[in-house]
Amino acid sequence: MKNNNIILYAAILIFGVLAPFMLPAFKVQLSILCILIVLALTWNIQGGEMGYNSFGNILFYGLGMYICASVQVGMFFPLSEWTESGGEKTFVHSPTQFFQGMAFGLLAAAIIPTMVAGLIGYAILGLRGHYFAICTLGLGVAAGEISGGIEIIGAGQGFTTPPFPETGNLESRGQFFYFLSFLVLVLTFVAVKSVYSTRFKLVLNAIRDNEDKAEAMGIQTMKYKIIGWMISAFFCGLAGGIMGGLVGYIDSTDVAFDGREMGVFMVLMAILGGKGTLWGPVIGATLFHLFKEGFWTYFLGWQYVALGVLIVVIVIYFPEGLMGWLREKYPERFGEVVDEADRKAQVELK
Amino acid sequence: MDLLIFQVPILMVQASLDGILLGILFALIAYGMALQWGVMNIINIAQGDLVILGGYIAYFMYLSGIHPALGVIVAPVIMYFVGVGLYKLVINKVVDRDLFISILATFGISILFMQLMNFAFGADVVLANSEFGTTMLFNNSVTLPNSKLFSAIISIIFAIGLVVYMKKSKLGRAIRATAQNARAAKILGVDTEKVYAATFGINAALCGVAGALVAITFTIHPYMGLPYTIRSFMIVIIAGLGNLPGVAVSGMGLGVFEEFADYILGTEFRIGSVFLLLVLILVYRRFKLSKKREYLK
Repeated sequence: MKNNNIILYAAILIFGVLAPFMLPAFKVQLSILCILIVLALTWNIQGGEMGYNSFGNILFYGLGMYICASVQVGMFFPLSEWTESGGEKTFVHSPTQFFQGMAFGLLAAAIIPTMVAGLIGYAILGLRGHYFAICTLGLGVAAGEISGGIEIIGAGQGFTTPPFPETGNLESRGQFFYFLSFLVLVLTFVAVKSVYSTRFKLVLNAIRDNEDKAEAMGIQTMKYKIIGWMISAFFCGLAGGIMGGLVGYIDSTDVAFDGREMGVFMVLMAILGGKGTLWGPVIGATLFHLFKEGFWTYFLGWQYVALGVLIVVIVIYFPEGLMGWLREKYPERFGEVVDEADRKAQVELK
Repeated sequence: MDLLIFQVPILMVQASLDGILLGILFALIAYGMALQWGVMNIINIAQGDLVILGGYIAYFMYLSGIHPALGVIVAPVIMYFVGVGLYKLVINKVVDRDLFISILATFGISILFMQLMNFAFGADVVLANSEFGTTMLFNNSVTLPNSKLFSAIISIIFAIGLVVYMKKSKLGRAIRATAQNARAAKILGVDTEKVYAATFGINAALCGVAGALVAITFTIHPYMGLPYTIRSFMIVIIAGLGNLPGVAVSGMGLGVFEEFADYILGTEFRIGSVFLLLVLILVYRRFKLSKKREYLK
């Protein structure tokens, strides 16, 4: 079992490194896939393990995007003049400036959302159930509307992120962003996996199953909830920062705080794969991305209709997701002890 | 920041008046949400999209030459059937489930409606011009569009009518019984499935009325739904479930808040301030409740 796992991870790692050379036409798609998986994994920390269904993790994603781009520009040029000039570039980043800016930008894009999560966590995570869901929904939309009114980051007309140096060389731009997002994906996966193997995950599950009881058992639930949210925010911010550079253009409600797309996608991907599992979000995001690309390409215009129908169908008929379905079918594979007589009795009952 | 409102005090009268008339309309939508929340324990994210759909009915009546004010009669009838159909298709499968499932399912419906309306009616901001004219008050310094007055009066009529209906009619009694205890109502012979369908239909019909009024007094656009959902959710949690006078008062309060935010912060922050207010109210509520819990300890 252990050996198999190592082979699997090695295979995925090798595929990940070789992918841009094997499938050169799909580099951008693969980078987006990495980002989507990161988002699904981070959502799963609260939504799946902790039972706090957040619609507002898009807040950290959007924050990361704006912060990364602002730092990248602001380190070398006046920010307000950059956004004012819009598409007509008066300033050009040299390659060193670009990469330096990106590095510091991503650092800030990870740290600031984490701090924000920590600061608002105490207030927001005290809400339960649907109050939490609606509150986070409001938080995401409010952030989008408010950032759309702030002049220095482009207000309604958007914010063009610094273009990749050596323009024209699309090959290296694609590779750069692919490896960056793949690196973040690996980091996220390793971090989430190692976190899940500690007592921390058990605490989160206890909070999901019965928060009051967990508190009565002497667990400081608030502390763990905030830490869980901060971990999410850290990787969400990173993902947002990379996505901003990849898309090349930030708009407050259509790209950054895009509750109608990314905000729903991350919830849907985690549920599709099976929330509360490690691999569920990964599989869910991959399937979703394939589905989405198919629809976005062949049924352009109808994609949101399909998305709406997909949400309703998944939520009503497959609330446990793919992993949940597999778990019910093959419980032994998931390390659950099954009593044969018990199972027969259940089949007869059905 | 535009501080014109503090230099010209008469604008405060204008903002308050607009806000109160607007708030009455919000209260009508919130009333529908409170009804279905209380009876079915569902938070309908598609509430605002039902409002917009109702608005398009009035708009099409306007386009085909019928006076849009008649939309307040036609829209609820059509929307009642839309609501019942929606219940039969989707909602009846999520009624007894986890709250998050109903939120997500109605979120999906909301996205679906938004996009279907976008296809069917186009992405333009439209309004149904009622040509009611305007009244000038206070020596011509405060304008009062008659359509706003009309919308407030119609909202009040419908709200009072529904309250009376809930008190007196057989279905109203069945709905109230189901809200109190669905299982007991079932045992006593109430067809709860029918009650749920009717409740969802009545909610949709209220949204239809409100939508027709929105189309007459303001503008409608396929993507404008979510703010109406959030407003009604906020009004219900401020007032508390089952507190109808509270819904009316907090609706008006929200309307006034919005108008003042519009003047002071600027129109671009209007929707943002509504959503931010929601977050603040929820957080305030959380601290108040946790204090109560501490007393218990």
